[in-house]
Amino acid sequence: MANISRSPWLLHYDGSSCNGCDIEVLAALTPVYDAERLGVVNTGDPMQADIFLITGGINEQNKDVVKQIYDQMPRPKVVVAVGVCACTGGVFKDCYNILGGADTVIPVDIYVPGCAARPQAIIDGVVQAVGLFQQRLDEHNAQKRKEA
Amino acid sequence: MAEVINPQNILEEISVSDLLRRALELKKAGFRFSQAHAVYNSKDNKYELSYSFSDYSTYQLHSLRVVVDLDTVVPSITEIIPAAVFYENEMKELFGVKIEMISADLQNKLYRIEVDTPFGPKKEEA
Amino acid sequence: MGKRSVIPYGPQHPVLPEPVHIDLVVEDERVVEAIPSIGFIHRGLESLVDRRDFNQMTYVAERTCGICSFQHGMGYCEAVEHIMGVEVPDRAKFLRTLWAETSRMHSHLLWLGLLADGFGFENLFYQCWRVREKVLDIQEMTAGGRLIFSVNKVGGVLKDVTDDQLKFILATMDEVEAELKVIKETFFEDYSVKSRLVGVGVLTAEQINALGAVGPFARASGVNVDMRKLGYAAYPHIDFEPITSNDGDCYARCYVRMMEVFQSIDIIRQVIAKMPAEKDLAVAVKGNPDGEYFMRVEQPRGEAFYYVKGNGTPNLERMRIRTPTFANIPGLCEMLKNTELADIGLLILTIDPCISCTER
Repeated sequence: MANISRSPWLLHYDGSSCNGCDIEVLAALTPVYDAERLGVVNTGDPMQADIFLITGGINEQNKDVVKQIYDQMPRPKVVVAVGVCACTGGVFKDCYNILGGADTVIPVDIYVPGCAARPQAIIDGVVQAVGLFQQRLDEHNAQKRKEA
Repeated sequence: MAEVINPQNILEEISVSDLLRRALELKKAGFRFSQAHAVYNSKDNKYELSYSFSDYSTYQLHSLRVVVDLDTVVPSITEIIPAAVFYENEMKELFGVKIEMISADLQNKLYRIEVDTPFGPKKEEA
Repeated sequence: MGKRSVIPYGPQHPVLPEPVHIDLVVEDERVVEAIPSIGFIHRGLESLVDRRDFNQMTYVAERTCGICSFQHGMGYCEAVEHIMGVEVPDRAKFLRTLWAETSRMHSHLLWLGLLADGFGFENLFYQCWRVREKVLDIQEMTAGGRLIFSVNKVGGVLKDVTDDQLKFILATMDEVEAELKVIKETFFEDYSVKSRLVGVGVLTAEQINALGAVGPFARASGVNVDMRKLGYAAYPHIDFEPITSNDGDCYARCYVRMMEVFQSIDIIRQVIAKMPAEKDLAVAVKGNPDGEYFMRVEQPRGEAFYYVKGNGTPNLERMRIRTPTFANIPGLCEMLKNTELADIGLLILTIDPCISCTER
């Protein structure tokens, strides 16, 4: 089974975004852009997800939710911050209820810019995430073999 | 050319004690509750509360304006208009307006923010 | 009587991309009460008024919501223009109407797709979104952005649309209309769609009135209300009648939104036919806003409310946005009572919730 690669599953969570990036993430999965042809599947269950797409900044109320979703995901995992709000806080950075980008609570691997992030950019982010996931999976498996 | 229905917006300044009576009268006249919001006027150190009602058929917008001091207790209109519950909780949480008898008082837990009354009067630095 | 229990619904769940949390009090399989709690996306963007001037606030207002972004910018600009007594050039008014209607189209198509997904008709979902991309192409071509395109400014618009582009829009409208007719047939003729939507979540006109609901949600219950009749932008020059239905169930809401897409196609054709030739796009705005205004516009989801108060300085004293979903939440809670647990996702969808708007 060593040379069979896995299809990573995507999980999408909307932090405190304006909805623009969320809709673009969905649009990236629908026929015109069709990110699923790259071997990823959209799921709603954190326990079965490998790649975490997060849009929007972090606020007081959703920081625990984001942390919890991240912790529920099995290792290895990859986090993609989609849109400028998830990267830095964006236009809402100065608002009293925004703590900052997604990296204030969880480690982020790939940053996708844009307001709203375009589907092409999101797909590029997903492609990089798939590569990174495969690399981490290989390392993870090698580690496991060494321990065994 | 399409017909344009655009009546002049009405803004009626009333005192706190008249609020419930006028809200009830507007409701009886067939108006629906449209929105409510607060403004903190830093120049006079007062809250300006607006309660807007509008009519489905005439599109008339009728707003009640109540200007109160910071510590005046304002009665809740949720007894008359249940739909106002979120608006009043918002005023209370974000501005610190003292509203009593809200039908479902969320105790400043509507948005669950860390900052106290971000839109209200600025606290003096101690 | 069965045993009562509480089921937490959300914030992360498969029906909507946005987080919303509702505590459902259920008795066996029936919902007795629904208690929403919001705040997962609360940003506090209204508080930016003391750090951004009134021109910059246009871009903040547009980012209230990514779907009706253009209409938020338009509503805010119209409110400031009213305070400052600015008369916008005619071409700018018509362009605003054009973009307002394309955003209505893509918003409704998005919703129709999500609804189809909600009752498990994945093919229909993808078909709606495929057609929607054509509308987004128009926005991208004319304004440079797919969703958030920031072409509004206080005093007019920033970009013009060339005659070639107008021709392209007309051709796209024909295409979209033809494809939508097929989709419409599936929505209204297919028995499986009917069995999920007919008679579910009925609200009467009296209930709508008492709860203060707005937009297609109210129109589906026979309440004839459409803020476009107030005659902002170029709507005084456009012929249209609000679309209503009397049934007040999920099927009626689906009908109203579907027919509004066709209505928007019609309005866009009228706008292009009546587009003024003068190329003035904006007037120069001098001074700062001083005064207050209540502005209402009809967004895809219903009446949005803008209150702007200026004090003669570049920074506004207060900007308040009351979005249509905020007004529809009491209606949603009423509708959720006494329904089957399995219909909850569908019912939440039929008010077309936009949580990002609601919490700002």
